[in-house]
Amino acid sequence: MTKTALQFRHNGRDVALFVDGGVNLLVALRESIGDMTPKFGCGQGGCGACSVLIDGELHLSCLTLAETVNGRSVETLDGLKDGPNLHPLQRAFMEQFAAQCGYCTPGMLMAAKALLDRNPSPTRAEVIEAISGNICRCTGYEPIVNAVLAAASSGRARA
Amino acid sequence: MAKHRGRGIASINYPIGMNLGGDPSQALVHSNPSGKFTVSLSSIDLGQGMKSVTRQICAETLGVPVEDVYVDTADSDTGPHCMGSFASRGTHRVGNAVMAAAKEARGVMMEAAAEELEVNAADLDTDGRGNIHVKGAPHRSISTKDVAIAAQFKQGKTISGRGIFLVPLSEVNPETGEMSPATCYAHACLVAEVEVDDETGEVAMVRMDSAYELGRALNPRLVEQQLVGGAWMGISHALFETPEPYYPDPAHGPRDFVEYLMPGPGDICPHDIAVLERPAADGPFGAKGPGEMCANPVLPAVANAIFNAVGVRMDELPITPEKVLRAIKAQGGARPQARR
Repeated sequence: MTKTALQFRHNGRDVALFVDGGVNLLVALRESIGDMTPKFGCGQGGCGACSVLIDGELHLSCLTLAETVNGRSVETLDGLKDGPNLHPLQRAFMEQFAAQCGYCTPGMLMAAKALLDRNPSPTRAEVIEAISGNICRCTGYEPIVNAVLAAASSGRARA
Repeated sequence: MAKHRGRGIASINYPIGMNLGGDPSQALVHSNPSGKFTVSLSSIDLGQGMKSVTRQICAETLGVPVEDVYVDTADSDTGPHCMGSFASRGTHRVGNAVMAAAKEARGVMMEAAAEELEVNAADLDTDGRGNIHVKGAPHRSISTKDVAIAAQFKQGKTISGRGIFLVPLSEVNPETGEMSPATCYAHACLVAEVEVDDETGEVAMVRMDSAYELGRALNPRLVEQQLVGGAWMGISHALFETPEPYYPDPAHGPRDFVEYLMPGPGDICPHDIAVLERPAADGPFGAKGPGEMCANPVLPAVANAIFNAVGVRMDELPITPEKVLRAIKAQGGARPQARR
């Protein structure tokens, strides 16, 4: 099969790789780059576990052809922390006990980041709307919603 | 056409563990030469906090800091036997096994310390911060690390312990059918408030208030986390999900996350929880365990709340809008019951 050359920014670093035609971004990230933070849940856009940011916007990497991110910027959970310092959202998830098995957590964090980047002071309803494409089977969502709201208010306290 | 509020209540007793041929779990505890301890288990932590709770139990029993204990649940091929993480049995069964193993390891650790301090082991105590000292003479002490080094390189002792906890098979009385499948029971009561739309049949959760009595809560935040998440699953079983098809042909059943209905973050409601602690006589530090019972009272409470709201008795799960509408139609309209 013909391989396509692909270059994009992955969490702030330039990466170059060859991908098979039709390969989705989730597979390219996990198998070619080795970034295992986006998770495979359903492969059909039903669960949100594979969520990443492309040029700052929330996308499902399982439904995104890898070739379409050529020249663009892709952010995953792996790029969220700043060196040893956790992102405020990660700290809030920890403090609010917003993860149990943790499989949905990377997608939840990216969905929450996409929200806070465009709306630093969301209402509870806006947080619920923002994570509605992400399935969690353990937490009952309440601790996740609380964590996003807590991260938002800690961001306001700093600013 | 209107929306009707209703309130329903349910109480449950929940047995801890199961009894199909006896219910055992094993644990092994050993120290390495750095004075840190490893707990080997085949019990799986699937997010419920098995590792955290067994780590606490081991550290408390050994008398060492919790940071000095590592729990390894890596492989059921090589680890000590466990029946599994189900039936709300983890904290109780596995916790007791870890406690027994840690007690035995503590005995060896104190013997090794006694040899180093040249005293009787019965005169020694731990301070919970990584030191062992002579009772009443805290300056006569040795660190657990130095004890581990001495045991390994000088005394030739393994600081280790084995533990098993078994609830033996309870025979069924052939005359009466009676048996004693569990040694302790947890209890809960939950009040659910719902809003039923008599035009669409939709049931919306308004709020839940619950009280759970589950022995000593060894890790209160993890207990609360399980109760919140488990109640969501209760809502899901009551109103949304089923592996059975909604229509007769199995081909119409849900096949994936897109078709398998579950409540989303917009379908949940405020839930106030009170945790009551009545320590179990045979539980590790009095613990029973939350586990499956987190979901159980939600289902009957929601069904009762629907009856209170529109007067229909729903006896098949999940209580879908279609079933509610058919039931309301069959009785000739919504009949709100007295507000409770």
